[in-house]
Amino acid sequence: MTGKLIRDLIVPQLDRGRLGPLPDSVVLSGLGESIAYTTDSFTVSPLFFPGGDIGSLAVHGTCNDIACSGARPVYLSLGLILEEGLPMDQLQTILESVAGAADEAGVEIVTGDTKVVPKGGADGVFINTSGIGRLEGPGLPPPESMNAGDAILVSGPVGNHGMAVMLSRAEFSFDFDLVSDSASVWPLVERLLELGPGLKFLRDPTRGGLAATLNEIASMGGKEIAVEETAIPLDSAVETAAEILGIDPLLAANEGKIVVVVEKGVAHKALELLKDIPLAKGAAIIGEVTARDGDRVILNTRVGGARVMAEPSGELLPRIC
Amino acid sequence: MKTSNEKGAAQALAGQIHSACAEASGELRFMEVCGTHTMAIHQTGLKTLLPENLRLVSGPGCPVCVTEMGFIDHSILMGKEHGACLVTFGDLIRVPGSLGSLAGYRAEGGDIRVIYSPMDAIDIALERPDRPTVFLGVGFETTIPTVAATVKTALARGVKNLYVLPAFKTIHPPLKILAEKEDLHGFLLPGHVSAIVGAACYEYLCRDFRKSAVVAGFGALDILLALRDLVSMTVAGEPELINDYKQVVRSEGNPTARSIIYEVFDPADAVWRGLGTIPGSGLAFKEPYTQFDAVAHFPVEVPEAEDDPRCQCASILTGARTPDKCGLFGKECTPDEPVGPCMVSSEGTCAAYYKYGKV
Amino acid sequence: MCLAVPMKLVVITGEGTGKVDSGGVGTDVSLMMLPQAAVGDYIIVHAGFGIEVLDPEEARIRLDLFHELAAATAGLEEP
Repeated sequence: MTGKLIRDLIVPQLDRGRLGPLPDSVVLSGLGESIAYTTDSFTVSPLFFPGGDIGSLAVHGTCNDIACSGARPVYLSLGLILEEGLPMDQLQTILESVAGAADEAGVEIVTGDTKVVPKGGADGVFINTSGIGRLEGPGLPPPESMNAGDAILVSGPVGNHGMAVMLSRAEFSFDFDLVSDSASVWPLVERLLELGPGLKFLRDPTRGGLAATLNEIASMGGKEIAVEETAIPLDSAVETAAEILGIDPLLAANEGKIVVVVEKGVAHKALELLKDIPLAKGAAIIGEVTARDGDRVILNTRVGGARVMAEPSGELLPRIC
Repeated sequence: MKTSNEKGAAQALAGQIHSACAEASGELRFMEVCGTHTMAIHQTGLKTLLPENLRLVSGPGCPVCVTEMGFIDHSILMGKEHGACLVTFGDLIRVPGSLGSLAGYRAEGGDIRVIYSPMDAIDIALERPDRPTVFLGVGFETTIPTVAATVKTALARGVKNLYVLPAFKTIHPPLKILAEKEDLHGFLLPGHVSAIVGAACYEYLCRDFRKSAVVAGFGALDILLALRDLVSMTVAGEPELINDYKQVVRSEGNPTARSIIYEVFDPADAVWRGLGTIPGSGLAFKEPYTQFDAVAHFPVEVPEAEDDPRCQCASILTGARTPDKCGLFGKECTPDEPVGPCMVSSEGTCAAYYKYGKV
Repeated sequence: MCLAVPMKLVVITGEGTGKVDSGGVGTDVSLMMLPQAAVGDYIIVHAGFGIEVLDPEEARIRLDLFHELAAATAGLEEP
C-alpha cells in the first residue's frame, strides 16, 4: 500500500529527475569541500494554516537552517510519517505544497521515505526533512566573534507565524487577515553575505520566537544584549491578536525571518542590501550587543523602563488573566 | 499614542512619583491585588522607573495561584474515572496538583481542551452528547459572569452534558483581611474586576481601614497615574478611594453582569491556596442551575494533598515575602518545573520575578 | 484575572450577540452583560464577552492628560 502511495502520488509530485528511479540512496556531487547539513522534524497542528501547511513549512524550515550557516540550500530529503486514515486529498495538497515550496526555494527533493502508522500514532502527518547546502564563501565566523557594539537586526515584523497558527486552531473562532510568514530566507542571506566579515551571526527565530533567538545570541556571545521595544517591528494584527489572547508576540514563532548580528559600522549597509527584497519589508535595527558580561537580554520598554526578556519556557498558551 | 508622548508622559508621572516619595518618612508599600497588574508592571519595565522607597507587593488576585492542588487533582480524576472531557482556560494547564498537572494529564492521552471563551464549552459538549464535558471554573468577578452567562445559555438550549467545577473567588472577603495589615499603605485595585463590581464598593478601605485605594487600568501610563495618586494621598495623610479608570469603571459597576452572577450562584466558603478557608469568598450553584455542578455529579476521592512545606507561596500571596526570599526560587522551583502555583501561573509573582528579573 | 481588550462593535447579530473588530482581528462576542451596547461602541472584551462599554469622553480626558504630561516633559527638555 505504501509502495502504491509512493509510485502514484509522491514521486509524480516531487520527482525532478533523481527520485523517479527510487534508488536506495542518491549520490550527489559538485558540493565542494564542505557542506552545510541539517535536519528538522515538523509536527505542526493544525496541518493547514493561513499562508502555508506542514508541507511548505517542512521545506522552508530546513532551507532556513541551512541559509543561516551562510550556505545555499540545494538538496532535501523528505521523510513522511502518515497516520492511517489521513484523507488522500489532504496528502495531495501537502505534497503540492512541498513541491511548490521546493521549486520556489531552488531545492530538489532527492531522497525520502514513507511510513504509515496506526491511528493515533501521528497527528495526521509528521514530516522530517534533512537538507544539504553549498557554502558559497568562507561561511560565517564562530559565535565568539560577536563583540560589544555589534548591531542586531531583524528582517521584518515578528510573531506572524506563531499567531496565525494559534488563531487557526479549531477551538478559536476569530476572523483575521494574519498569514504565516513561512518562506525560504536564502535570498536575504545571499545579499547579506556581501557584507563579508561584517556579518557575524544569523539565526531564524522559530520556536520560542525572537526572545528565544536573542537569548541564544546572548549566551553564545557571552555578552548581554539590549533591544529597544519600539524598534521591534510588529504587524498591528499580530499585536491585537496577542493582546486578545494574552500571548507575548516576541515568543511566537517566525518561519520566514532572520535575526542578524553585524559589525556596528555596517548596520545601515545591511538594511540597504535588504531594501528592495519584498521578504525583508520592515527590516529594522532593534538593538546591540553590550559591553556587559552575561547572558541576559534586556528590553528597553516603550515607556522608558527596562526589563529582562526571558528565555521562553513551554508552549504558547492563551490566558484570561 | 505616539511613542515620544508615551515616554514623555511616563517620565512626567515617574517624576511626580519620585518627588512625592522623597517626602515620605520611610518605605511606602502598596499591594497590587490583581495578577494582571503584576504582569503589566513587570512587562512594561515600570519597576525601573520607580523610586527605591516605593515597594509594590503582589496580592492574591491571581485566580490560578490561589486555586488549590485538590482542584487540579479533582479535575484529572473526573477525566480518568468518569470519562469527562475537561475544558479550561490556558492559565491552568501547567499548575501542579499532587497527581501532576493538566499538561501532564494531556500528555498521557487525557482529553482536555484549551479555549478562549467559556461559551466554547457548550459547542464541545454538543459535539458528543454522550460524554460529560466539564468546564474548570476559575476566576474572579471579571470572569465569573462569563461562566454564569454560559450556564444560563446552556440551560436555555437544553444542554444536558455540560458541567462546571467551581473554584471561583470574589474580591472583597480577602481584601478585607488584607486591609488589616499594618504594613500596607494602600491598594492598586483591579480595573476589570472593578468594571463588574464598581468603584464605590471599595469605600471601606479608606473609611474603615484608612488605606489609600486607586482603581487602575492596565497600560503602563494607567498604572503610573494610579501609583502617583496612591503615593500623593498616602504622603499627604489623606487616604481616599480614587477611580483612575473611569473610561471603563463606573461607580456602580455593571449591574447586569452582577445579576447574572447571582442568578446562577450564591456566595459560599472557599479554600484559597496559601490562605486557607475564607468565608463567603467563593460561589456555589443555586437552583435551577445545580444540574451543572460537577461536584455533585462526579464523586471522586480527592487525595489529601499538602503543599510542599518549603513553598513560600502563602507568604508571597499575602505580600509578606518576595519570591527571591524563598529557598526554592530559581533552584527546585522554576517555570519549567514549578513547585508552587506562583511560579507556574503566567501572572504569578514568582513567574514574573523569574522571567523579568531585576535589571 | 483581568485580561480584556477594547474592540469596536461592528454589528449586532442577534439577541445578545454581536461581532467586534480591532486591528484586523474580528470575533463573535456575547452582549448578555451589555443590553445597552450599540453599533459603533467600543466594548471591553474578556473571554468572548463584552463586560463594559468604553466611555469615550472619559477616554479622551485621560488621553488629553497624558498628552499634557508629555508636552510638559518635552517643554522641560528644550534648552
